[in-house]
Amino acid sequence: MSFSEADIAAIWLTLRLATTVTLVLMVIGTPIAWWLARTRSWWKGPVGAVVALPLVLPPTVLGFYLLVAMGPNGPIGQVTQSLGLGTLPFTFWGLVVGSVFYSMPFVVQPIQNAIEALGERPLEVAATLRAGPWDRFFTVVLPLAKPGFLTAAILGFAHTVGEFGVVLMIGGNIPGETRVVSVQIYDHVEALEYAQAHALSGAMVIFSFVVLLVVYGYQRMQAPLGMKYRV
Amino acid sequence: MILNTPSVDANRIHARFSLDYPDAKGPAFSLDVDVTVPGNGITIIFGQSGSGKTTFLRCVAGLEKPDRGRLAVNGDIWQSETTFLPTHKRPLGYVFQESSLFPHLTAKGNLAYALKRSGSAVTSELYDRVMGIMGIEPVLQRYPDRLSGGERQRVAIARALLIQPRLLLMDEPLASLDAARKQEILPYLERLRSTFDIPVLYVSHAMDEVARLADHTVVLDQGRVVAQGNLTEVFSRIDLPMRFGDETGVVLKGRVVERDTRWHLSRVAFDGGELWVRDGGDALDRWVRVRVLAKDVSLALASHGDTSILNRLPVEVAELSQDQDEAIALVRLKTGPAYLIARVTQRSVHQLKLEPGKRLWAQIKSVAIVR
Repeated sequence: MSFSEADIAAIWLTLRLATTVTLVLMVIGTPIAWWLARTRSWWKGPVGAVVALPLVLPPTVLGFYLLVAMGPNGPIGQVTQSLGLGTLPFTFWGLVVGSVFYSMPFVVQPIQNAIEALGERPLEVAATLRAGPWDRFFTVVLPLAKPGFLTAAILGFAHTVGEFGVVLMIGGNIPGETRVVSVQIYDHVEALEYAQAHALSGAMVIFSFVVLLVVYGYQRMQAPLGMKYRV
Repeated sequence: MILNTPSVDANRIHARFSLDYPDAKGPAFSLDVDVTVPGNGITIIFGQSGSGKTTFLRCVAGLEKPDRGRLAVNGDIWQSETTFLPTHKRPLGYVFQESSLFPHLTAKGNLAYALKRSGSAVTSELYDRVMGIMGIEPVLQRYPDRLSGGERQRVAIARALLIQPRLLLMDEPLASLDAARKQEILPYLERLRSTFDIPVLYVSHAMDEVARLADHTVVLDQGRVVAQGNLTEVFSRIDLPMRFGDETGVVLKGRVVERDTRWHLSRVAFDGGELWVRDGGDALDRWVRVRVLAKDVSLALASHGDTSILNRLPVEVAELSQDQDEAIALVRLKTGPAYLIARVTQRSVHQLKLEPGKRLWAQIKSVAIVR
């Protein structure tokens, strides 16, 4: 079992995409999760549903709308064009945007659950000890909700590695730019190169299995700590 | 122009809060209080559950944002029509009812959290003093889940002290502990009072804590202040809307004037009389606090010398009131400037023809030094 140069390029591109998307999602997913966990606003339901949409929508639907939105006449396309960035479809950054939407629920939900489980009390305690909002986030929320954040990062990464439909809709199949592992496997099968398809697919199965094993093992290890706060 | 700022007093805490919970699910609750207490000593915010005492404390801490409010602490405005200091900008310490230690930090780490954020650097002298008073040195390396309930609360109190607060807020810090643990912590709280000159607002519904710790008392009922003043005065009233049953009683402050070593008794003189109490080891001339429960006071028209009761005081009936039990009356008795309360049956009231102004003898079966 060996990888061709094109396979290696696809693996490398996939890792780069997943890393970028995970970082972006941790930054924008955390405030969304925070808001969802703590708001009493009427908007909680609708916003939560929108975030969760990719869980149930066919990726082609999501990809189709993103393609339209990022195209020359779409709202996102117009913004990127006016910024002199051109249009995003069929580029690496187009894939990043698509994947951010696609993997959003996998990052937001674990963080939201962790913050909800934390409750109000530790934050109130920190406030009475003169900790300001940022201080509270970094010294109380982050360490106490760490399992949630780690789970979010791992799932966001793994889910981005596993996407196919959205990539095909908005990324096409440009080597080194948008041809990720899942697309590469598709190509191999189309070309009847089953041995190569086997190699990449097998690698994906092992990767996904190990990721889930780590997540579940970690969650089990951390569960008792989560309970400790509730005296 | 003379500014009308009567509440900004350098040695007073003035709090006025108005807060509504028009909660459709739970019972509607409103808090509407105007409280002025001295800026030193321990003030107990007393009330039954649901009286709004914790909400009041949370308003003082800025954890609850009242619809309208004003708060001045020893000359500093924490809240007014135009300002609302967020909790982390208020120089306060807060001890929560249940354990509030951060579970991801050791006891020492929890203290360090406060040290790092204290208004001014904590001197090693202060640190040692806090450690000495709370007696937690041996458990500092442990995580909160390896501490007993009492140890956790002592670490939490130490943490609140190390932030060097100008006002210490305590929300039933003993309520989550059993009776034995409670007795273990009470002396620490008393030492805290005698060692640190920090005003304390202490929420409680336990009479024994009130009798022992309070210098000043605010009584809340259904979100309203029903009485405020010094302890002796407030708890000698029988016109408050709530009833304390067997716990009804007065607290008197007196001085040990004689120690009878043969019978192990002390004579305590208070403004209004003298009482013999069991010798509690208190030295001559020491100020003590004694509690006389209403159920231990009986009434007689004449002074009987031939009973086992040591303490008999000539008193005058000041006021009568109905207890929550239909058969029982509360009688407020005046002795000098002080008051006692007797809990007697309505039948006795009728037989002895008790009415305000009537003079008779109060027989006191037992008196306890609470401090």
